Amino acid sequence: MRHLSTDVLIVGAGGAGMYAAIAAAREGRTVLLLDKGLVGRGGATIMAQMTVAAAIGQQEPDDWTLHLEDTLEAGRGICNEPLSRMLCERAPERILEMDRWGTRWAREDGHIRQVTAPGHRRRRCCYVDFLSTGPAVAATLRHQVATTDRVRRVSNVAVIDVCVADGRVRGAVALDLSTGSLVTIAARAVILAAGGLTKIFRRNSASTNMGGEAYWLALDAGAELVDMEFVQFFPIAHLAPRLVGMDPIMWDPFRYKLGGRLLNGQFEEFIHRYGGEDEGRYTAPRDLASYAILKEVEAGRGSPHGGVYLDFRHLPEATLRGAFGPVIDRLLANGIDLTRMPVEVAPTAHYHMGGIVVDERLETRIAGLFAAGEAVGGPGGANRLSGNAISEAMVLGECAGRMAAGAADADPGWLSLYADRTRGELADLRGRKGRGRAPGVAQVELQGVMWEHAGPFRTGDGLERALARIRELRRELPDLAIADGDVFNLDVQDWFELRAMLGSAEAVAISAIQRTESRGAHQRLDAPQMVPGLEKNQVVSLAGGTLTSRWSAVVRSGVRTP
Amino acid sequence: MTTTLSVWRGGAGEGRFERYDVPFEEGMSVLDALRWIRAHVDSSLAIRYSCINANACHTCMALVDGRVEYTCTARLAPAGVTVGPLPKRPVIRDLVTDTMPAEEKLAPQT
Repeated sequence: MRHLSTDVLIVGAGGAGMYAAIAAAREGRTVLLLDKGLVGRGGATIMAQMTVAAAIGQQEPDDWTLHLEDTLEAGRGICNEPLSRMLCERAPERILEMDRWGTRWAREDGHIRQVTAPGHRRRRCCYVDFLSTGPAVAATLRHQVATTDRVRRVSNVAVIDVCVADGRVRGAVALDLSTGSLVTIAARAVILAAGGLTKIFRRNSASTNMGGEAYWLALDAGAELVDMEFVQFFPIAHLAPRLVGMDPIMWDPFRYKLGGRLLNGQFEEFIHRYGGEDEGRYTAPRDLASYAILKEVEAGRGSPHGGVYLDFRHLPEATLRGAFGPVIDRLLANGIDLTRMPVEVAPTAHYHMGGIVVDERLETRIAGLFAAGEAVGGPGGANRLSGNAISEAMVLGECAGRMAAGAADADPGWLSLYADRTRGELADLRGRKGRGRAPGVAQVELQGVMWEHAGPFRTGDGLERALARIRELRRELPDLAIADGDVFNLDVQDWFELRAMLGSAEAVAISAIQRTESRGAHQRLDAPQMVPGLEKNQVVSLAGGTLTSRWSAVVRSGVRTP
Repeated sequence: MTTTLSVWRGGAGEGRFERYDVPFEEGMSVLDALRWIRAHVDSSLAIRYSCINANACHTCMALVDGRVEYTCTARLAPAGVTVGPLPKRPVIRDLVTDTMPAEEKLAPQT
């Protein structure tokens, strides 16, 4: 079996993983940066079309403490405050470092231009025109990673087990998709930076990476998860007409730059009926907007494809072009002329607030096992602010890389028997012939179950049904069929991915069942009020094959950012 | 309404084009159809993609009716389409070619 060794192993090469690689390498460590897709091409950062929040104060006076107040307020009282503080305090350094590295932040009058986004009291959100923020950030980090000594990057290698012995991480076992063979990796420290779980929902804005693998790897290694019931549903994702080559959440910047009327299927404004103010501007919070849209659809006042209309017909073409230039042509190529027609939009699973429990050094309770980016739980509490996701990727990525480097002094030792379990699992998959359905088909069913019962609106009964079905699907894992062939066998990849998706889905369901209130992104139709006594977190752990969730006090501030 | 995709199956040089009937929806992409085939006909079809629809990852390239295209933005024609692996790249399996930079590969084991 192929064997590699490194000081710091990073699982996932999106925004957080790449930043972690740079930070660990500049502390003098060797880094192995793995991605199951292509390094720097997968994950969520590259898909982001919007803004990055950082209190650099170039547009107007600002301070990270104000950014922190906004972040904590949006998080509805249950943010992990030291992590929220880290995000807000360090975001300016990261934005300015990216600027030195050549990211072309939009500028005006010689300074980085900053705009507002919902929930921010200052104009503090930086961006790259036109809707190119994520690709520009990813390109900058790819270049930095490629020109940093001591970083080895490997594509098409999926980590499927993090190996722990005597409470300390030892390395990992991974599947080399190109050959179908296993690779073992001895590592002094491991950083999980493989993103969130939005792919477990039928409607999602995820890349194919976001199947909750980081969460499953953490649970299985003995680490814990927190806030798993808090999935952010983005209210106005593109629904129709069919649009290719654009991220479905693209309409947000259109709304806050230009306004845009949200209308039901009868072309009536409706947000005000649900206690929001809209007035063609971008002011209704994400949870309220999602609620209002789905209620209109439920009442039979939806648009033809089951959403609502977003209408820019009141704006002249020159205004649209001034704000979005080449994007207007990409829309026209899709047959969408905003001056003549509204588009249909609907909520979609967009981001996961929950994630791996880490301390203020981003280390889990397993020594040497760290997490970064969306994989981490806590900085956003019950509801993440718009603009905080890439800040989180950069800040937590940098910190995790630096801290993991500091934890990589001693060689904990690697034994080949650490790979025995995975070797057995792979041998079992290879031996299967046409028994059941393909794992990818079961994934589609899971996505439907989660959307139906654990999506934007939840009830206790529905969540119990989801949990029962998730557990049945888990029992089906040994019977799923795997096609022949070792080389680039996507069934094998889908099987390991499905196992992670089911673990993550179960963590969401059990946490959502126990939280009998509505708070932030977690909306229970059978418990519509926020309950003051539930201003606490739930922590999920795995023991003896069973997931359990327990209540835990919120981690308040008082800790300095390392 | 259905359309037909003719898709390369196999490794470099050894293989054949196989035909798949796929439900046609106005505006759908070639990648939509390839993912439909994986989900409904043959999950062993090897394809490479990450961002699915956003044309951000740029990893889903293939030869579509003789032209190199991103399958996520190539529109599926009602008359059908032929999809093959990228030319000038070693075929790994089916439509997956070796597009990884040399330094991102595990060197063959000696």
